[in-house]
Formats: sequence, C-alpha cells, structure tokens
Amino acid sequence: MATVTINGKDVEIGSNERLNCIQAASKAGVEIPAYCWHPALSVVASCRMCLVEVGDKKPDGTVAMQPKLVPGCQTPVKDGTVIIADSQKVRDARKATLEYLLLNHPLDCPTCDQAGECYLQDYSFNYGRGYSRLNEPKNIKPDKDYIGDQITLFTDRCIMCTRCVRFTREVSGSAELQVVSRGSHEEIDIFPGHPVNNPLAGNVVDLCPVGALCSKDFLYQQRVWWLKSTNSVCQGCSTGCSVTVDQNEDKVYRLKPRVNELAQGHFMCDEGRFGWKYTHSEERLTVPQIRSNGHTTSQAWEDVLASVRSSLQKAATGRQKLAAVLSPWMTVEEAWLLAVCIRSLSPQAVLAVGPVRVTGADEHFPKDLRGHVIEPVKFTIRAEKCPNRAGVQAVVAHFMDELMPFEELLRLASSGQFSAVYLTGGDPQGWISEMQAEAFSDVETVIVQDFLPSPVLQHATHILPSGTFVEREGIVVNHRGLAQLIRRAVRGPDGSRPDSRILWELSGRSGLFQPEALRAEIAAAVPALAALTNPALKTTGVLLETAQQTTV
Amino acid sequence: MSETKRKKHVRWVEEPELGFWESTFVPAIMQGLKTTLKHVVDRKPVTQQFPEVKPELPLHYRGVHRLNRDEQDRVKCVACMMCATACPARCITIEAQAAPPEWPDRDKFPKSFVLDELRCIYCGMCEEACPVDAIELTHIYDLTGESRSDLMYDREKLLGVFDRTKNDPRDPVRTGRGKLGPASEFVQLPAVGPATTVPVSDRSAKSETAGVIRTTGREGQQ
Repeated sequence: MATVTINGKDVEIGSNERLNCIQAASKAGVEIPAYCWHPALSVVASCRMCLVEVGDKKPDGTVAMQPKLVPGCQTPVKDGTVIIADSQKVRDARKATLEYLLLNHPLDCPTCDQAGECYLQDYSFNYGRGYSRLNEPKNIKPDKDYIGDQITLFTDRCIMCTRCVRFTREVSGSAELQVVSRGSHEEIDIFPGHPVNNPLAGNVVDLCPVGALCSKDFLYQQRVWWLKSTNSVCQGCSTGCSVTVDQNEDKVYRLKPRVNELAQGHFMCDEGRFGWKYTHSEERLTVPQIRSNGHTTSQAWEDVLASVRSSLQKAATGRQKLAAVLSPWMTVEEAWLLAVCIRSLSPQAVLAVGPVRVTGADEHFPKDLRGHVIEPVKFTIRAEKCPNRAGVQAVVAHFMDELMPFEELLRLASSGQFSAVYLTGGDPQGWISEMQAEAFSDVETVIVQDFLPSPVLQHATHILPSGTFVEREGIVVNHRGLAQLIRRAVRGPDGSRPDSRILWELSGRSGLFQPEALRAEIAAAVPALAALTNPALKTTGVLLETAQQTTV
Repeated sequence: MSETKRKKHVRWVEEPELGFWESTFVPAIMQGLKTTLKHVVDRKPVTQQFPEVKPELPLHYRGVHRLNRDEQDRVKCVACMMCATACPARCITIEAQAAPPEWPDRDKFPKSFVLDELRCIYCGMCEEACPVDAIELTHIYDLTGESRSDLMYDREKLLGVFDRTKNDPRDPVRTGRGKLGPASEFVQLPAVGPATTVPVSDRSAKSETAGVIRTTGREGQQ
C-alpha cells in the first residue's frame, strides 16, 4: 500500500492505481482545480490551474519539497509523495492563473449559457481574485457558429484548455478541431469544410469547462439553474449510457452523460443525446380508447382498464390462447408485471419479446478518417437500438421454456391461434410494419399499450396511452448485463399513464406502483435477476452475471 | 387567577381628579367649537381629488414596468433572465432567441417577454437584477384592464410604456451602466493590488506601469 500525504492528511492508494495529484487529492477530499485535465483524455498541463507544491518523504522521515510549483495533473503520485495544495504560494499561483485566463474573457455571464455550471465562475469564486488589472481593451474574437451542425463556438469565451481538440483526436478519432494561431491570438477552429459532425460531437459541449462550445439544440432555451436533474439511462441503444435528464416544468431540455465506468465511461453519442424529442411529440397518444362495432371511442381510464380486464378474462376461459408481446423498451418491472398478469389469467399464455431493432453494425470509436477503428476502443454505439432486450428476455425466459421469435408469434396470430394479444410498443421509430400488423386483424381482442401511433392501432380493440422513459421508473439491462435504474423525471401529457401504473392496476394490485417491492419480488423469483435488490443499483448499476450468460 | 398574579400583570391607574374649570366642561366645549368654526370658514378640501388631480408620488415609487430601448430603438433586454430568476412572484416569462447577425454587440434578445402585472408584487427586484438596465419600474400606478390577459404585459406593451414615460421627468432612464454591467467596464476599474505577494523591496513593487504592483499592503487580503 502506498501512502500519499495531501495537505498533511495521509491517504492510502492501491498498489495498482496510477493516479496523478488531482486524483489522489480527490481521494482525500481535497479539490485541486483544473481546466485542461480530464480523466478520459490525455494530459497536456496547459491551463496551469492545478499547480501544487509536491515533495517526497525520505526514508528518514524528512520531507524534501521541489522548489517550483508543478502541475498536479502531470505529476504521478507514489509512496511518500507529499502534496501541498493550500499554501499561500499555491493560492497566489491560482489567482495569477485565473487572472491570466480571464484577460480576454468577455465576462458576459448574464448572456452565457454555461453560467451556473461554469468552471470559470466556480474557480473564480473559490480561488480567484475578484478583480482584473487589465487596462487594455480585451481581445475579442468573432463567434463561429459553423463549427458543427449541433455545435456553436463563442470564440471569445474560450480559455484554450484544448479538451475539445483532444476529444476529437483521441475519442472520436475524427480530429476536426485544432488550435490555430499562437499566443494571445490562439483560437479553436475547424478545417474549412470539415465541421464537427461526428456521431460523438455533442460531447465537446459537455467537455468545455466554460461557455465557449454550446449546443445549438439547448442554446438559450433555459438558464441551467432552473433545470432539475434526474438520473436515468439513455434508451438509444443497448450500450445503455448513464445519463441525467434535465427538465423544468415537465419539459425535458437536454440529456447529459453521467460518468459510469461500468456502463459507457464519460461520454454519450449524439443519437442518444438528441434522441429524446419524441417525448414531447405532438403525436403522442393521450386518450385511452376502446373499439366497438368498428370505430373507436375515447373513454375514461377506469372504464378502459375494466374492459381490458374483462376481455382478457373472457379470452382466458376460451379454447384459444392468450399472448403478450413484451417490448424490449419496457423496464424489467413492467415486463414482470405484464408477464405475471397474463400468466395468472392463463398459465398456457404465450409470451414473446417484441421486435428488437438492429441497425447496421456496432460502431466503435476512435475511428480514423478512413473508418478504421483504432484500438483501444473508447466508445461503442451498439447496433441493437433498444435499451432492455436482456432484461425483458430474462423475464420471458423465466416463464417460457424457449424464447418465441416475434415472427413466430405473428404467424400464430395470423393463423388464428390467439383470442387476445397484449402488445406493448415503445420504439419511437416504429416497431411494427403495416404488413406485420395485418397478422392481428382477425384476433378478437388486441390491446395496444404504446405512446406513439403505429400501424397496429387500426386493429386494436383497446388503446392504452403509455409513457416514455422520462416518465417511468424501473430497471433496464444493457448489452453486458448491467442493470441500471431509470427514474421518473417528468409527468407525461394529460391522459397518458406510465406503463408501470397501467400494469400495476391491471394486475389488480392495490395502491401506487412500488418499484422497490416489485424488485424484491422479481429478485426472489428469477435467479438471473437476483441482483436487483443490490443498493448499488441506484448509483452505478449492478452487473447481472447470469443474465450475461443467457443473453450474449 | 390568584390575587398576587393579577397584581403582577395588571397595573391599576386612578382617574385624575377634575379641577374647577374642567368640571364645568366649558374649555372642552370651546375647543370643540373652535374646530367646528374653523371648518365652517376654511373651505379647502382635505380629500385628494382623484382622478382630476393626480397625487404627488415619491420619486422612488415603483409602478408599472417598462422595457427600455437602446439608441437604435432595439429592445435593450439581452434575455439573460436575471429578472425572472430574481422575481419572488415568478411573474416574468422570457423566451430567448439568438440575435440576428446585424446585431454584433449581443448574443441574444427576448423573442417573447411576458410580465404578469397582476401577479407582480412591485418589489423592484427585476430592476435591481438587470445587468443592462433594460427593465425599470415607472410611476404609472393606475393600471387597468378589462381582462386578466390584458394585464399580461408582453414585450410590445412594455416597450410602449417606455415610449410613454421616457420624457417624463419622474421616470428618467436611469441607465448608468454599460453594455453588460459594471464588470464589463474595464476602463473604470481601478488598477489595484499585485498579482502575487511581493516584498516591498522587490523590483516589481516599484514599477510604475499601469496595473502592476502599486502597493504591497493591499494584498494581505485573500
């Protein structure tokens, strides 16, 4: 065990850990401010914000300090390293550094989108001087809104930390950004005609510690202090990036990646970042409907649910079978509720996993301009475009001896094997084609639970408007069997209900939807999902080892 | 309640004895008649003759808001939403939009600016918070409307208040700030304090260059 002393406080670091001063200090609860250093990028030590005093403890107990301040990000710690991050010398250096960084900064915080989550503000407040001695006019550079389709650059706010440049070179591999000119004239820019439009481009906005790189999608929409963040999981693909959903007054404004080494690391792709817009789609289903005598009528939830229940019971007593399609967009809890509900009505009921949308092949990053993947892979966008195939399959596998492909279920449905089917949608890009929907044209009862219209609605006898992922709570299991919690961030449009609530009421349980209790129930019943009671679920998520074996 | 406790809380005061003249009540009657007669003679009204006569309001009176215009007649507001953040009644709703390219001096402006005058408590916090002196409270107090929506003042209405009041001596445009507040006025900021603590004997401490090392005493503070 190596011992490092930070501000007179000893902290143990593991023998295999390769830490720099900033990381070691954060273990001791000491913040060393830094702009250019980022745990997922290479070290350049250019911002000089993390200057600290570093020394060595000799075997005889004396401490030999280095005479000059050294950048903490660039200095690895070893056994006996002594870091002093709160001396007058260090504090003076920080003040001087901040004053230099702010020389050409326009100080337009009121109109800057980053204000409120800006490291320049935070560090100026905590470590800065509070005044500038610059008498000369500031060097104001023109803004560049052509940096990318989703990105705009306020050149004058930039402090040249080059995080964005390193990101495009090291993580996305596309290397669109670079530093042009030198000294006080330094600017971030692109090569003419090569904007930052790679699939990970949005991350440079998150990486920017100041308000220089802004997302055009979020620009001027909200002040960040109005946003409330909820931990969630991106639904774009089976990578299952940990994200936060930022909303205000029931309107989602942005998704930001949340650091989770188990899931994806630090970043997320643009497809997921901007892929939540369907949540506020005008086309959302908002009225529960029943079809009788060929045309649908809108009815109250209680009436529709009662009708669904009686139709299912009637179908369960008949000669034909009951079937349910569990969408891979459902949470584990919802899949469990539906499976239990259908199986308790008819033990022979058929359960199938809904269509899993696969687009192309997995896309690995960094990728050079010719499209060759450079090892080691730092980010992957999966071809499987649904968040919870593994979780739903685990639930279905618990009830069915073998997994029935969706096509097989369609074939059985069109051959008249079923008297009632319960269909769950959830894929915002559509999960069923016109032709596939034909299979349900002759089924007596077709219950569709979805939030967007789909071709199958014309055959539906009951339409239950459900919620998108920002409106529900539950577990999703990603490609490697990592179970993560998505939390409810906003209330859905009037008339819609989260799937969990619909299914909770349909299965005749009393009171409100209780995810914790349900998780305990699932963990006890399904060995593959036994990890669902693990408290780590609320932070990083839990790897379900057994789920991994059955799904890979 | 016991006798001792009552004594503690209640102090009994004796009525003062009446003197001879007081017991005749003549002075009191005369005093009263004097007031009556004064009103018979004096015909100046004491009530305010509103609305024929407008009241004299103190200069710091806070009435209906206005949105100021700049020299080019554009709305001065930069849609920073500081007022909406400061507002304790949450009556300000702003939607920002990127400024057109012909406005190089600003990044954004309010696409819509709605102030609910019914919800407002006229505390003046918005005026305090505004970094560009765009929103100000005027002397207009007699606010009327036929419906609630009439008193949802939008950008145009608030600019109209400015046009109505800008020449009123009681509502001067109080702008004393620059484009983005005092922090952006570099010229006016005093050159103070050295970058790092420097001993008085240091060569740099004697430098006469603007903005560099004047005093060593001032940088004791952190």
